[in-house]
Amino acid sequence: MSVLLSIIYLIATVTFIVGLKKLGHPETAKSGNLIAAIGMGLAIVGTIFINDIEVPTIIYVLIGVAIAVGAVLGWLIAMKVEMTKMPELVSLFNGFGGASAALIGVVEFIGNDNIAGTEATIVSTILSAIAIGAITFSGSLVAWGKLNGSLKSVVKIPQYNIINNLVIIGIVAFSAYFVVTGNDNQILLYGLLASGLLYGVLFVLPIGGADMPVVISLLNSLTGIAAAITGILYDNMVMLVGGILVGSAGIILTVAMCKAMNRTLGSVIFGSFGATAVGEEGVNKTLGTIKKTTSSDTAIMMNYAQNVIIVPGYGLAVAQAQHVIHELEELLTGKGVNVKYAIHPVAGRMPGHMNVLLAESNVEYSLLAEMDDINPQFNNADVVLVVGANDVVNPAAHNDPSSPIYGMPILDVENAKHIVVNKRSMKAGYAGIENELFYNSKTSMLFGDAKDALTDLVAELKGM
Amino acid sequence: MNELIEFISNNLQITYILILATFVGIEVIKSIPAVLHTPLMSGANALSGVVIVGAILVMLHSDPEDYVALALGFVAVVLGVLNVVGGFAVTDRMLEMFKKKK
Repeated sequence: MSVLLSIIYLIATVTFIVGLKKLGHPETAKSGNLIAAIGMGLAIVGTIFINDIEVPTIIYVLIGVAIAVGAVLGWLIAMKVEMTKMPELVSLFNGFGGASAALIGVVEFIGNDNIAGTEATIVSTILSAIAIGAITFSGSLVAWGKLNGSLKSVVKIPQYNIINNLVIIGIVAFSAYFVVTGNDNQILLYGLLASGLLYGVLFVLPIGGADMPVVISLLNSLTGIAAAITGILYDNMVMLVGGILVGSAGIILTVAMCKAMNRTLGSVIFGSFGATAVGEEGVNKTLGTIKKTTSSDTAIMMNYAQNVIIVPGYGLAVAQAQHVIHELEELLTGKGVNVKYAIHPVAGRMPGHMNVLLAESNVEYSLLAEMDDINPQFNNADVVLVVGANDVVNPAAHNDPSSPIYGMPILDVENAKHIVVNKRSMKAGYAGIENELFYNSKTSMLFGDAKDALTDLVAELKGM
Repeated sequence: MNELIEFISNNLQITYILILATFVGIEVIKSIPAVLHTPLMSGANALSGVVIVGAILVMLHSDPEDYVALALGFVAVVLGVLNVVGGFAVTDRMLEMFKKKK
């Protein structure tokens, strides 16, 4: 490898580290992203043009076309996607990266005429790139499908653990067989590929919707590891270090997310949230009755309140109501009401997702309060408006050990004087469980689409 | 086991890099505010697209007559670029929203 290319890879590697570091601070995040992107561009251009082999022009043309197609598509998708769809998109892109790693492995395997004579470590590297790449690809696609609603949220597979373990044993056995015997049978290779894909599906399918962010982060980390493995294969430092960085950073991020939900990684992977049947109507034998309210009543209540805390959830994002809620907040502030947003760490579909959505509609950064800061303030709140949030305000997390979300840190909205919950219906939240907050005597339900309900609320307040 | 020891002794440098890079990754990400989790995940996701370098190497080294390798390599490059460009672009878009209200 030429010295120039080695230096380019070195620079790229440093940009990755610096970029990742800068991404962790609000002021420098944007420049960090740019620096890493420039480094990546350098590495790509360097790889194409600096090489010591004879490459036919047609191959350059093909590479150029492939890059142009991928870049235009990637750019278009990135520019057009709605901010609410961000988790799906990260998941989808991640799947592409995994697929790329798996394909590289496949090409290396079938292009190698002498598997038996190849070092066992090289063969294992190729095989693990295929297996891990395939797992991340299919796993990410399933995660994508579950997040955008095209796949049912929780799928129960009978004897799930046994099947899963069999598949993983199969993958290891396949790989071991190749390495030991030096067999280069391509049908068996596709068997390995298929088992990897199957495992990815089985791995993600039973995981509950609320745990999805953790899974995406984990898969992201796996793609990094797949990239690092291909880096070992080519003795390529930028791939190796870049991949490992993403791999280890991804694991840390995954653990941080688990902590925010008070779940262990093991319980995310092996135990799925159970779904209990919930009646559509407001009468529930054990929980009592709910109280309905109207937007004019809510408006009066808020108008005369001193402290209002808004708890936004994913429902707000789905209804595209982040702009209306900002209007409501400004209106109330203009009337001398003290308004704050309480942001649960996993509000939305990913940690930090809600911050992105509210930032999109120009909400003042200082009004967003994190869970630990806002929880003691609920005692002083006259009105709490819960918009499209459910599981993150479910008191069962505190007082029902049998609940699947027991132990998850929540926003203590029940301490407020009045709670108004805006929901479309009494349907259970993403975790699929009942919420006793709705039956609390302090709670009134404001049914309706978040955007419509908030627009009405704003209109009522304007008239006061 | 012997294989593993052999691998480590033959690739001592790589092994060191692997371990050190793991720690760098952990240190760099530690104590990140929850606000930035989503952009960070998306940025890291773009970085994992570095696998594109391998895909390009596959294409550079393949025989122009070997259509299977070329086709697979082509798809690998397209997917890798999608991951890289889409990932960085969307991260930038997200961070832009944080910036503008200052």
